Amino acid sequence: MPLVLTEEQSMLRDSARGLISDKAPVSHLRHLRDSKDATGFSRDLWKAFAEMGFSGLLVPESFGGSGLGCVEAGVVMEEIGRTLMPSPFLSTAVLAASALARGGSEAQKSAHLPKIADGSLLAALAIDEGAKHRPLQISLQAVRSGNGFKLNGAKALVVDGHTADLLIVAARTGGSAGERHGLTLFLVDPKAKGLATERTIMVDAHNAARIEFSNVEVNADQVLGEVDQGGALLEGVLNIGRGAVASEMVGLSEEVFGRTVTYLKERKQFGKLIGEFQALQHRAAQLYIDIEITRAAVLKALQTLDGDFDRAGAAVAVAKARAGTTATLAVQEGVQMHGGMGMTDQFDIGFFMKRARVCQELFGDSNYHADQLARTKGY
Amino acid sequence: MSDLETFRRETRAWLEANCPPEMRRPMTSENDTYWGGRNAKFSSEPQRVWFERMRDRGWTVPDWPKEYGGGGLSPAEHKVLREEMAAMGARSPLSSFGIWMLGPALLKYGTEAQKKEHLPKIAAGLIRWCQGYSEPNAGSDLASLQTRAESDGDDYIINGQKIWTSYANYADWIFCLVRTDPAAKKHDGISFILFDMASKGVSTKPILLISGYSPFCETFFDNVRVPKSQVVGQVNRGWDVAKYLLQHERAMISGMGERGVGRPLGQVAADSVGTDERGRLEDTMLRSQISTFEVDEAALAAAAERAIDLAKAGQSHPAFSSAMKYYGTELNKRRHEILMSAGGIDALEWESERSRGGARPRAWLRTKANSIEGGTSEVMLGIVAKRILDLPGA
Repeated sequence: MPLVLTEEQSMLRDSARGLISDKAPVSHLRHLRDSKDATGFSRDLWKAFAEMGFSGLLVPESFGGSGLGCVEAGVVMEEIGRTLMPSPFLSTAVLAASALARGGSEAQKSAHLPKIADGSLLAALAIDEGAKHRPLQISLQAVRSGNGFKLNGAKALVVDGHTADLLIVAARTGGSAGERHGLTLFLVDPKAKGLATERTIMVDAHNAARIEFSNVEVNADQVLGEVDQGGALLEGVLNIGRGAVASEMVGLSEEVFGRTVTYLKERKQFGKLIGEFQALQHRAAQLYIDIEITRAAVLKALQTLDGDFDRAGAAVAVAKARAGTTATLAVQEGVQMHGGMGMTDQFDIGFFMKRARVCQELFGDSNYHADQLARTKGY
Repeated sequence: MSDLETFRRETRAWLEANCPPEMRRPMTSENDTYWGGRNAKFSSEPQRVWFERMRDRGWTVPDWPKEYGGGGLSPAEHKVLREEMAAMGARSPLSSFGIWMLGPALLKYGTEAQKKEHLPKIAAGLIRWCQGYSEPNAGSDLASLQTRAESDGDDYIINGQKIWTSYANYADWIFCLVRTDPAAKKHDGISFILFDMASKGVSTKPILLISGYSPFCETFFDNVRVPKSQVVGQVNRGWDVAKYLLQHERAMISGMGERGVGRPLGQVAADSVGTDERGRLEDTMLRSQISTFEVDEAALAAAAERAIDLAKAGQSHPAFSSAMKYYGTELNKRRHEILMSAGGIDALEWESERSRGGARPRAWLRTKANSIEGGTSEVMLGIVAKRILDLPGA
């Protein structure tokens, strides 16, 4: 498969870009932030997303979706990264849709996937419990009780957790922290008794929640996949999410970079355009090269996820690690080259810097993924 | 099954049957490869067998037209062949500046007679080429070159000096930039010309480098007579040919990290610094340098693949090879710094049986030229800034 977008994928990109740049430029996020919007995203826009088929992109056709792949999801995420549009696309259309499609029973799929595709159901994946992404360290307890389980513990940074109609919760039914065996995924109703959700406002003005579980009862039919065997399913879903977030960071990096290069061609100091200074030219060129190298690595990961899913781990680790490093550099250079203006809230650059930091942490930062690569290579 | 899948299956089977096991191992040094030419020698029987089998299929130059000794493969088939060779670690059967640099330029700018004369000999490894570009006062500022070609009937008489002529002392022919119009502006009076290194008046002298090797030469031309029919492209328009060829050179140099020599870095480091009870390198900073390097290396491999695919789709920027050259060479220098760090004292042995003649420090020193040859890193960044990002001229 050539490492370039197909004609269909380019058309998808163009239609996503059209909608997003028109309806949700950075000012859209700014408005949601300043008005302390209770939802944190626009339900109308999500409806428009669903009408264009984006919410059902990864939902199989037999459940009302378009049955496309990770490359297509990445194409949409990249456009989201360009304007930082807050939406449930990552939580619902990418993570929950792929968790259900890959691990769900027929009954679970029929119950939820068509609603994800038509935009009527929002979902969130609850994994991390500590400050850093460590999926094997999950310790939220799911103890057998009657026909089902009782959940006790807490989750932090659940993306879109406070608006979700359905939670996918990773819990420990066996084994101990650090082990892959003994992890189980559950489909949980956020309104269940004993479940408390606290919305947190993140630095990037995107949605997240802390969720506490106190003797939350779930039935056996709420298990997604098999008891104790959820580790592989979770890792697969996380890899899709990592590829998606890496794409968002490519879009974000390219947007910041584009704005910065434009500024270099406009801003005068010492009687010259600052873009004439070789010190800045070389840094801009290096950043351009970093972004292009990263774009290739991310596309490679997404194509591998679509073509050879079980062996995509290394390519995904490379993509997420590279994208995190590149996005960090892009926003730092963006602010620096914009000078004092870059530090003002009135200017948009800061929004990109804040979002880049969150994307870096989501599903493992660059250090985490470089470490994973080292482990797979055995050193 | 699609034609391409059939091609893949047949190619894999053919490679399995025909690529000797010895040719599926990493090279031990830059010289451990077959270069062809009038005085060529194979370093081993498997090297000869592998070369001849690939040559007979036209697969020393798989994507060149069959009429010029190539394999006539489509871009998609060529990619399949590269993937299948990479999957089994098969070496390139022939290393050649004729293949990497001159061939593409001749295919684009050569006359039919020039193509028929030179391309099949490149494909069959019969003629070894060198490149006469740089001069003592025209390195990164290549267009300042002074070697002159004066008209004399149907011939040119060439006088001047080249430097950094890679393997000129082994080459049979040279592709050379000469000044044919001294009065013109510096880019406008240059021509691209081919001639036999055995011509009267050509002499070469190797230059010893810090690595102890001498891959480069000084090359002198003293009244060398060359027929005008050997100019490629238009007279005084040689800069166009040179620029086109430099893109291929830069693409080639950027891939040097990929064709890397030897064992995985993690293993090399494990041998000298040791591992903890979980099998991780004791030197955690080194481990993190290696893993970060490997992230970047894998990303570069994807970018190299994408650059080829973009070119085939007609979507690439002509200056993108400068971006790849910059990244590839800086990365390769990093690889060798890590190798030296991982090897510790053992990597510093210059002359001993165990050190294979100081292979590691010599290779490390050699990489220091990567960000100079073929255009320095600073020149590459300048090209990206001006030609791709369109930043204003200083």
